[in-house]
Amino acid sequence: MVLLTRKIEFSASHRYDNPNLSPEENRRVFGKCNNPHGHGHNYTLEVTVEGEPSPITGMVLDLKDLKELLDREIMQRMDHRNLNVEVPELAGKIPTCENIALVIWNLLEPKIPVGKLHRVRLYESADLFADCYRATASNGHAPSQKAGK
Amino acid sequence: MPFANSVNHEVKVELGRRYRFSASHRLHNASLSEAANHEIYGKCNNPHGHGHNYILEVTVSGSVDAATGMIANLADLDAFVERQVLNDYDHKSFNEDVPAFRNIVPTTENLCVDIFRRLKTFPAAKLERIRVEETGNNSFEYAGDQTEER
Repeated sequence: MVLLTRKIEFSASHRYDNPNLSPEENRRVFGKCNNPHGHGHNYTLEVTVEGEPSPITGMVLDLKDLKELLDREIMQRMDHRNLNVEVPELAGKIPTCENIALVIWNLLEPKIPVGKLHRVRLYESADLFADCYRATASNGHAPSQKAGK
Repeated sequence: MPFANSVNHEVKVELGRRYRFSASHRLHNASLSEAANHEIYGKCNNPHGHGHNYILEVTVSGSVDAATGMIANLADLDAFVERQVLNDYDHKSFNEDVPAFRNIVPTTENLCVDIFRRLKTFPAAKLERIRVEETGNNSFEYAGDQTEER
């Protein structure tokens, strides 16, 4: 198995606010991320696909196809957007690094044309990132567990 | 339902955070001869020590809380790492100031093991692994081992 990674960057704004909590609670839990007018980041997204190189092309998948997929599904959806109000997949969720990475995983996972999605890593800054992997018994998150709620 | 828990068991989510500390060390094993120390550790055996700007990458996993969107509140993680590691490590001499290295050579491999032990009790999420960059060209990772209690 070979892993192939493509990196893209997008810029977006967000705000952390849970309408079920009081303004004081929101400020306590989310700190400056609760600023009413939002703030933004330059996000870096690394998408890693696993697969076997084709004996004919030598590629796991055509990078051009991956680039187009990322442009269509992620750049057009998130770049220079407000993640709270312009990305329907994040409606009803706090747009944290974890939740954005999960949305990206769910958008890309069914659409990888060849091979399988191995990892989504989303950097909110150089010092903060979230990773998504397929849950397996070997990484301690067997998918056979039944959803609790 | 908005902001309510619906756990996705198909995907494992991890949160990674980077911290910095600067410290000095000398790689020297007192049970070896001067010549052997010089042979093994080279310039890192310089008697007066030297230092690095280290980067510590801490990765935790857990379910994403629907009310906060977080595996763990970063303020809690930052405060824990500060208390458990950075306060003891930053601007210190490992050999002189950190008791764990009184009899253990403060290589970055050994730093990793000590840091993992200091962080594995983080209450809000599971510590997956730590990674330490000694310089931009050398990095070391540790995820505990089977004897390591989680």
